[in-house]
Amino acid sequence: MTADEGPASAADAVGDARSVSAQVSTTVPTGGTGDAPPAIELVGVAKEYMSRRGAVTAVETIDLRIAEGEFFSLLGPSGCGKTTTLRMIGGFEEPSRGQILLHGQDVTSVPPNKRDVNLVFQSYALFPHLDVAGNVAFGLKRKGVARGQVRRRVGEILDLVELGALADRRPRELSGGQQQRVALARALVNRPRALLLDEPLGALDLKLRQTMQIELKRIQREVGITFVYVTHDQSEALTMSDRIAVMNKGQIEQLASPRELYERPRTRFVAGFIGTSNVLRRSVRTVTTDGTGPIAILDAGADERVIVPVHSGLGGVVTGSVVELTVRPEKINMTAARPEGDVCVLRGRVTEVVYLGTNTTYTVFTAGGDEITVFWQNSADANDLAGRGDEVWLSWREDHSYALAPSGADPAAAEAPTEPVATAG
Amino acid sequence: MSAAPTPVPSSTSRPASASAASGAMPKGKARRPRGRLGEHLLRVYTWLILLWLVAPIISMIVFSFNDTHSKQNNNWQGFTLTWWKRIGAIPDLTTALENSLTIALLSTLIATVLGTMIGMAIGKHAFRGKGAVNLLLFANIAAPEVVLGASLLSLFITLGIPRGYLTILIAHAMFNIAYVAVVVSTRLASYDLSLEEAARDLGAGPFATFRLVTLPIIFPGVMSGALLAFSLSIDEYIMTQFNAGGTLTFPLWVFGATRVGVPPQVNVMATIIFMGGVLLAVLGATIGRGRRTRRPADDTAGAPA
Repeated sequence: MTADEGPASAADAVGDARSVSAQVSTTVPTGGTGDAPPAIELVGVAKEYMSRRGAVTAVETIDLRIAEGEFFSLLGPSGCGKTTTLRMIGGFEEPSRGQILLHGQDVTSVPPNKRDVNLVFQSYALFPHLDVAGNVAFGLKRKGVARGQVRRRVGEILDLVELGALADRRPRELSGGQQQRVALARALVNRPRALLLDEPLGALDLKLRQTMQIELKRIQREVGITFVYVTHDQSEALTMSDRIAVMNKGQIEQLASPRELYERPRTRFVAGFIGTSNVLRRSVRTVTTDGTGPIAILDAGADERVIVPVHSGLGGVVTGSVVELTVRPEKINMTAARPEGDVCVLRGRVTEVVYLGTNTTYTVFTAGGDEITVFWQNSADANDLAGRGDEVWLSWREDHSYALAPSGADPAAAEAPTEPVATAG
Repeated sequence: MSAAPTPVPSSTSRPASASAASGAMPKGKARRPRGRLGEHLLRVYTWLILLWLVAPIISMIVFSFNDTHSKQNNNWQGFTLTWWKRIGAIPDLTTALENSLTIALLSTLIATVLGTMIGMAIGKHAFRGKGAVNLLLFANIAAPEVVLGASLLSLFITLGIPRGYLTILIAHAMFNIAYVAVVVSTRLASYDLSLEEAARDLGAGPFATFRLVTLPIIFPGVMSGALLAFSLSIDEYIMTQFNAGGTLTFPLWVFGATRVGVPPQVNVMATIIFMGGVLLAVLGATIGRGRRTRRPADDTAGAPA
């Protein structure tokens, strides 16, 4: 697809690709081999390195399916195995076990120069001895594309990344942001089946990074290519991705859409890594059922009430078992009097008040000994709710309680991709 | 250094002294007034050092034009172009020079190819025995040439290889490899290995990656290694003396001639070799500058380290 076809038609094409993947996901739920296999599929992929101290596990066992046209992120702290996973998809590392499929074809031991994917390196890895046009043309020349066509496609892609005027510059004469765009153009010009990006914005300053996030998303919409994006920056992943795999210790802790990750973090690790979370650890008093399904009533003090819906991702929740629940700071209501109704209620004392402009952060020490963070929006009619030392009641809706599963691989990760939450156009 | 007590402002000083002064003194203090005498002394001193460096070369060039009639070419007799016209008048000397040039070229070629390979191995990869290889290269450079020459000779005798052109070539290539390897591996110290991965990613196989990416980037290192090897080989005396057998090289012939008098043709040949070296150096500098003098980046935001 070329840039001059315009964003509208490009976005249509992406939409088509997505509806195909959505069909696949409904007709062939898991592990199927339909007419349109996922763009990238990892089956039981693991990677171990031999070091002087023995085998080191970089990636523990990953099952993953990435749909055509999807903006997919691998998110996690350094050393979680996300870059290794990306490099295995690119062909720079061979998995110790498992299979890698690109559009249904097994490429596990195919070298990178024969894989139809391109990688944007963290260091950009621009060839210092070639100018911008020479860098971008490198891949096309290797493929034996005719000279006139090379010039045309290089010109088009440089226009797409808005670098047309700098075609005869050397990489060291460019700023960091410009180098980043050259790296992107050099990969995209080959029209790969998937583009792999290894923390491509890591070397840029904050403002440029935010601009480039929007830019990347725009480019991805226009070319309609599958993007696999590695980052340790949660806001970056949330901004751009259709789906995110949160990785920790060589495993996928959760694979979901940005909204799902934030609203329903599967494990304590995910809850802590994405945004700010309050985690309460309480034992179960009783398990009962309300209008929406099974709920667990947890230990709490007099006049207090802590309830969490029991979902299928949890093991056996019975009376006496311990449950970790999470609730986001902005979901909590803070009042001077005990609120009425079917809500979760805790009593506490304010220990810290931090004014942050758009909102105020309160730290509340509860009667049960938990420290709870509350974000309070400083809207027009909001006045100072409480000061340090005030007794307050905290409350939130039952369905804003979310029970966390024990740490480990997300069993849902291998399932076929569903329709992404944030769709193009 | 004598410049230290009376630093000279960089606007009026010679380049050589400017860098010395600014390096030795904090910038804020370089502007205080000073005696004219110190400034003068520094200027004289600088020119003396430069003269010391080039005097032998100037003398060599000048005496290639000396209209001498004795066997000794020591006293100025008047200007002539005779020796430049009759450069090949001494057949043994001409042969010796030919030997030196061909041996220098061939040993440079061999050492550059092998040394570049070793340099790439130690510059790019971590492997078992890398420390040992580094030590071996260092030992080769640090070992006295007398020792290397003598041990090579005994090795050739043990193996029954007749001394001559071939053994000189082997000796020269042997000691040149280490120099090329060290220069190339130094060049690779700042080399980003992901450049090769990028080339692979863009469809280049291992050989195309070397030809299109690795070699162009390390080429300045390879060239300086090769030039170093050539200049080491062309005037090598000690090891050549041990392993030459009946073959003569330029340095061997000249050294032999010193007892009876060095003919002016030696000055002519040496001048030509020197000019060739200067020409290469100027050429290299010009090409290097042409590549560097381009526009700087528009903004410096977040340039990667």
